[in-house]
Amino acid sequence: MVAGKAYRGRLLLAHAALIGFIALVAIPLFMVISISLRKGNFATGGILPTADTFSLEHWRMVLGLPVQQADGTWLAPSAPVLRWLWNSVVIAATSAGLILALASTCAYAFARMKFRGRETLLGSLLILQMFPMVLAIIAIYSILETLGHWVPAIGLDTHPGLILAYLGGIATHIWMIKGYFESLPIALEESAAIDGATPWQTFRLIMLPASLPIFAVVFILAFIGLIGEYPLASVMLQRTHQWTLAVGANSFLYEQNYLWGDFAATAVLAGLPITLLFLACQRLLVSGLTAGGVKE
Amino acid sequence: MTARVFNRILWGLLLAGAVVLALRMGSRGAPVLGAGVLAVTALIAWIYVSPRARASRYLLPGLATFALFVLLPLIYTVYIAFTNYSGEHLLTHERVRAWFAQDTYAPDDTRYPFRLYRTAEGETYQVVATVERNGAERRLLISRPFTPEEAAASHPVLLGLNIVPPSGEPLPIREIIAARPWLNQARFTPPGSPVPLRLVSLRALGFRLPMWNAQGETLVHAVTGQVLAPDPQRGNYVDTATREPVGPGWRVWIGLDNFRHLFSDPAIRRPFLQIFIWNVVFAFLSVVITFAIGVLLASLLQWKALRGRAIYRTLLILPYAIPAFIPILVFKGLFNEGYGEINLILTSLFGIAPKWFTDPALARAMLLIVNTWLGYPYMMIISSGMLQAVPDELYEATAIDGAGAWTNFWKITLPQILPPLFPLLIASFAFNFNNFALIYLLTGGKPDIVGSATVAGTTDLLVSYTFRMAFKDSAARFGFASAVATLLFLVVAVLAWQQLRFSRRSPPAQIKGAT
Repeated sequence: MVAGKAYRGRLLLAHAALIGFIALVAIPLFMVISISLRKGNFATGGILPTADTFSLEHWRMVLGLPVQQADGTWLAPSAPVLRWLWNSVVIAATSAGLILALASTCAYAFARMKFRGRETLLGSLLILQMFPMVLAIIAIYSILETLGHWVPAIGLDTHPGLILAYLGGIATHIWMIKGYFESLPIALEESAAIDGATPWQTFRLIMLPASLPIFAVVFILAFIGLIGEYPLASVMLQRTHQWTLAVGANSFLYEQNYLWGDFAATAVLAGLPITLLFLACQRLLVSGLTAGGVKE
Repeated sequence: MTARVFNRILWGLLLAGAVVLALRMGSRGAPVLGAGVLAVTALIAWIYVSPRARASRYLLPGLATFALFVLLPLIYTVYIAFTNYSGEHLLTHERVRAWFAQDTYAPDDTRYPFRLYRTAEGETYQVVATVERNGAERRLLISRPFTPEEAAASHPVLLGLNIVPPSGEPLPIREIIAARPWLNQARFTPPGSPVPLRLVSLRALGFRLPMWNAQGETLVHAVTGQVLAPDPQRGNYVDTATREPVGPGWRVWIGLDNFRHLFSDPAIRRPFLQIFIWNVVFAFLSVVITFAIGVLLASLLQWKALRGRAIYRTLLILPYAIPAFIPILVFKGLFNEGYGEINLILTSLFGIAPKWFTDPALARAMLLIVNTWLGYPYMMIISSGMLQAVPDELYEATAIDGAGAWTNFWKITLPQILPPLFPLLIASFAFNFNNFALIYLLTGGKPDIVGSATVAGTTDLLVSYTFRMAFKDSAARFGFASAVATLLFLVVAVLAWQQLRFSRRSPPAQIKGAT
């Protein structure tokens, strides 16, 4: 390769373009951090907090500490933000774990067993999943209402009820795990079967340990997908302390009660752990995502 | 061995729980539901015992939740699309009859002031009513002691002249207000009267008669003689003379009426078509713009001479890593017309303050900007995976012909990566076609379309349009909204089917989003 002057110029241009683009993309993220550190809830003065406008009031509110008012009195935090974060994490993690359990057993049957209507069932699962959950809210609402009437623990306004409703979203995960199972060599299972292992033993002792990477991908994707779910959670969860972060964060931006600074602090608090989790697993996730397009 | 015993016990407990639940349902007025639970339990037991149902054991838990929370809601929604279910047709026929049965009128406007006493035991109550006829004769009617349970069940409580009057002070009005839930149901029978007295205000009893008398299927007004007959086609009681509906309606099957409405009523058809076109344009532009940016960035990051590619890649993926609702709401605040930071900058630099939320064109532009921000990393990720699979020899061959990077991109890269990426692009189109969270959290579909018969916004997608029609409109048109949802499902199902045909053997795309 000849490293001529024109070539170096092009390289420099590429760096400049990338840095410029990243700066543009990152502006909203910087803004929200700066807003969370700025006094009050309106864009008065500059974008960046100065010595005058710098304040930790929003962060105190979000972390559940009392906030000092202009007249010197102390006000208890107006919203249980940490509680919302906890709710979101518990709901998303439990749902993701259960989705993984349900999807992997289904995927095992689809990948390794022969039964009538297998292909049709697989295809229908995927097509039916395309129906937007938002539009089925009336039905899901009445199903949970009926369930809650007989078994109150899984009714409306309960976390187990919402988790149960989330478990419907398994079709794409089944496909993903099934694809992975099919890529595993079948020889090991066959020899296990010859040694007298039951299908369940084969599944538990051979398939599961070999599939940890794809399980991690599915778990994290399900977790990330559900931790930000808004429409269903907003309809099913009614009492403030039951809310998830997505529902709670949106409540800061009602026209009548616009709490921009509190929202910003909440957004940073919630976004940071999830973003870090994602970046930590980046390589794993990217390989999982691209597997979808690569033809074997 | 112990695991086996434990297993057995667990199964026993589950089965026992299901049977108890079924019995409870059966004994409390839901025998069909109870029988259903029993049948499902029996099916589960068979599947886990029979050797013939081996595959079903693995499928059952997943497919059961899928059936309960995807299939059942879908069937229910399609069913509602053929009914007139709405705010005006919310109840069942029986509940509407009960509504008419509760309607009463006063045969005369005599009021009997009363006082409520709690007896010394504190368990029972007594009512003392003052009877005053023609302003002359004044007598006291005293009830026998009764319990709140008795009153709530509307058991008639006899009033008499010779009952021992209660001792102590009458209860203050505050306690009467507290007692209203059961006191309202109480019926007091004065001597010699076929009609019972009931509470008509916090201080007085009075006579009340049912307004509507049932005569077979019809209802006859006690005063005017107006006759109402049920109209099973419309799901309403209608006046037999004028055919005008009266009172609340109930849910009935109306066939294709909702769909017919959608295509024939201009005040519905015009906004529907407008939203449909915008929906297609939005999904198409979202895919094209994010794909263009994603491919460009991925190609740049392929360049081996470029240092720091890993850092660039991580920073570029950042928007994808954040749960979507956070940046959407952040943008909502930043774009705010009055006190948003974006207009703050634009005003100080150029002296302009675009109306991002009130001008339809600007609102749409804003949605595309935000969606590009959210969506390009996904495209970058999937195209860089594909770019690695393009063999280097192809580029070497064109290098001999002296082709530049631009020609290479159009002649080699794109034709190589586009076909395998096509299913993912369709999936992305389908996702954006139904990108509810973005629209709902950012603009809420507003600004609204002028002259529409239902709520409909210029930035609404069909999915948010439907959602608002059912849940954010006082008319609560569930039936009509479900009809739109059914059409929407057909569109997306065709897309999904196509995608499935293109990628018969590979797993489907995973698109992150706030659903």
